[in-house]
Amino acid sequence: MNKLDKFKGIQPAWCPGCGNFSILKAFNEAMDELGLEPHDFVIVSGIGQAGKFPHYTRCNTFNGLHGRTLPVATGIKLANHKLRVFAVAGDGDCYGEGGNHLVHAIRRNIDVKLFVHDNQIYGLTKGQASPTTMKGIVTKTQPFGVFSEQFNPLSLAIALNCSFVARAFAGDITHLKEIIKSAINHKGFSLVDILQPCVSFNKINTFEWYKERVYYLPADYDPTDRVKAFEKSLEWEDRIPLGIIYLNKRPTYEELIPIIREKTLLEQEPLIHRIGDLLAKFY
Amino acid sequence: MDYSIKIGGEAGQGIQTIGDILSHIFAKAGYHVFTHQDYESRIRGGHNFYQIRISDKPITASRSKIDILVALDKDSILQHKEELTQQGQVLYDSAYLKEKFSNANFIDVPFLELALTQGGSKLMANTVAVGAVIGMLGMNPKIMFEHIEKTFKKKGEEIINSNLRSAEAGYKYAKEKCLTCSFMVSGFESPKMLITGNEAIGAGAIASGLKFYSAYPMTPSTGIFNFVSDHAKDFEIIVEQAEDEIAAVNMAIGASFAGVRAMTGTSGGGFALMVEGISLAGMTETPLVIALAQRPGPATGLPTKTEQADLFFALFAGHGEFPKVLFAPGTPEEAFFLTNKAFDLAERYQITVIILTDQYLADSQWSYEKFNLSNLKYKDYRLKGEEFKRLKEYKRHTFTETGVSPLGIPGNSFHLVITDSDEHDEEGHITEEAFIRNKMVEKRLFKKLPLIQKEIEPPKLYGTKEPEILLLCWGSTYGIVREVVDELSKSYRVSMLHFSEIFPFPEEKSWLHLLRKANLVINIEQNATSQFAKLFRMETGIKIEKHINRFDGRPFTVDELLERVYEQIR
Repeated sequence: MNKLDKFKGIQPAWCPGCGNFSILKAFNEAMDELGLEPHDFVIVSGIGQAGKFPHYTRCNTFNGLHGRTLPVATGIKLANHKLRVFAVAGDGDCYGEGGNHLVHAIRRNIDVKLFVHDNQIYGLTKGQASPTTMKGIVTKTQPFGVFSEQFNPLSLAIALNCSFVARAFAGDITHLKEIIKSAINHKGFSLVDILQPCVSFNKINTFEWYKERVYYLPADYDPTDRVKAFEKSLEWEDRIPLGIIYLNKRPTYEELIPIIREKTLLEQEPLIHRIGDLLAKFY
Repeated sequence: MDYSIKIGGEAGQGIQTIGDILSHIFAKAGYHVFTHQDYESRIRGGHNFYQIRISDKPITASRSKIDILVALDKDSILQHKEELTQQGQVLYDSAYLKEKFSNANFIDVPFLELALTQGGSKLMANTVAVGAVIGMLGMNPKIMFEHIEKTFKKKGEEIINSNLRSAEAGYKYAKEKCLTCSFMVSGFESPKMLITGNEAIGAGAIASGLKFYSAYPMTPSTGIFNFVSDHAKDFEIIVEQAEDEIAAVNMAIGASFAGVRAMTGTSGGGFALMVEGISLAGMTETPLVIALAQRPGPATGLPTKTEQADLFFALFAGHGEFPKVLFAPGTPEEAFFLTNKAFDLAERYQITVIILTDQYLADSQWSYEKFNLSNLKYKDYRLKGEEFKRLKEYKRHTFTETGVSPLGIPGNSFHLVITDSDEHDEEGHITEEAFIRNKMVEKRLFKKLPLIQKEIEPPKLYGTKEPEILLLCWGSTYGIVREVVDELSKSYRVSMLHFSEIFPFPEEKSWLHLLRKANLVINIEQNATSQFAKLFRMETGIKIEKHINRFDGRPFTVDELLERVYEQIR
């Protein structure tokens, strides 16, 4: 038996050659190397090609609504912070529809790991611009090209003092796997933006396009320097950095809630027998 | 004894403080108390009032006539002096109002001056006013002093004493000066509890094992959020202020999926944002309780006023077809127990239950001897621990006789808990298979709904069992219509049929004969389009012809509603 068989889910419905296959492979290998079992974690996903991800591995799954991965993940983590909670979303899902939730999940520093399949286009709805589509690109619904500034998830996250910010590329499974492992081992909200070529609808940001531009952060790069990290996060046009761009050791949201310091909320018995004391306060 | 006291003034003048202290003194004295508030969406200025009714008999609504008007501004006198009874008195401070009134029933009490001389601070003026009302009523001040001591306990000896001196000064002054006061108050009885609709929902949720409350503040639902937050530490509850109502409902769904009892609360505009979440809870069969405190819309509407116009909105909230339960309590006591029932049904059938209230019920205070806590129900329907581990196989959405699949807790065993907002198979995986789709709809809707219907209590009849006039109503109008029935019963055979478990309609339908037998059926709603009557027709086929509606954002008063019922009778 192959050691990855326990993470074998249902047959993927992605396009042949889709970058998501390498993300799936890297993820399953990371789970195996971390010694995690399918029931040890839950994946919350949204809608889009990335939203189908949890069905294609094996795990506890909440495949919710478009854009709403992070609030559901936050609710799960607060109810049971001993359960590992991962969120998988696409660029349209997380940076567009769910942008507000991203901002506030980063602020809270809830210990959820967010993996964004960033293909810079809408795949499931067949080729409209996403927040990360580059300026000027003409699509079916942007007939004069994209006018809006390209969304930069890394700069946004660093501005909000996100506790772990990284970028990986679906074209390098080994590096991606290591980034996934680092994110999971980090305590606090982690954003991993994964460059993922869409073979069907993005004819500009192809495997080759990324391959020509990506480079690895050098060993002496210091990800704890917030200003340098911000500078690094701005690199795009010709050279795109891969690796852990920024990290800090902020306390997680769960750690700050006194009532779950000893036990998870789930482990606590409801205190319904004390309702009499509560009602006594109304006299 | 049946007296009404109105405290009127601008926002920020301390109307709420005076009203709260007085109503608690009355409840402690063992009187039956009913209070309601009318305020504007502003922190300062405008015209607000707080109305308290006290009696030696049970009361369930405010009356139009007032016996004591505490006027903190001139506007209060202009707006409310017509409401005074013949022996009605006005309490005011000419230094506040910059005007003196010569009428015999206008008592000029120097709130400010007494506060400064006796209490040492103008902040004590409200306490002087409290003392003055108690003095006018001729009540023994003992309970007032006790209550003041308790209220200011945390603020230290000095604050307590200056408040006591201020209250006493007001008490003596009004007692001496009010020559035409002829109030006769009852003797003290055992203290009563005093509770608002919002507090009752919060307490009902806590009594049902609430563990997680996520919300975004919105009047008039914020009181529930505040109440739960106040008790979060004692009852080990996580309260989370979400970035918006979309997040609030999705967080509650996440927490519920993870295995704890979760709830959110909002008003119309916030509820609009939650609608996709209700549909999500429907598809994933995640238990969810939502309190929807209505206020007049559309859009921002009248933010601090009352209305019952979101019934259809709540009924049809969520795209697609899935079962849902709607409750609309008529009293804080009902709000407490129906919230308990909401949690039970939500978890038992893995559905959304919505508790509809409105600003009137949310902010009204009612007095009770006590709540019978033995009527509370708590049963844990989750699949967890050893029971879960022992299973050979687990499928989150497995087909069963009842349509209810075992509700496993993720991470609690090696079994995987999988669910999807897409149509899914028994395991929870995305599918577009027609056969499975049909079976899933059958499971979620057709199998569960008849079972849920069996749980729904029939409407409550108040008044004669063979009415010639039947007043139909739902939700927060209960107390007002009830008092109208009391008045009309003197000359007619009249009853009220009140619905608080409003959707689905109960399986038991024997009460329908009341409508067939009555000569006159009048439907009463706090909205413009008689939404409940339309729902009634949908569910029973019976069309109700006569309607009384009010939609100016103010609650019916007993006297006004009585007048409007007479118009229909004549």
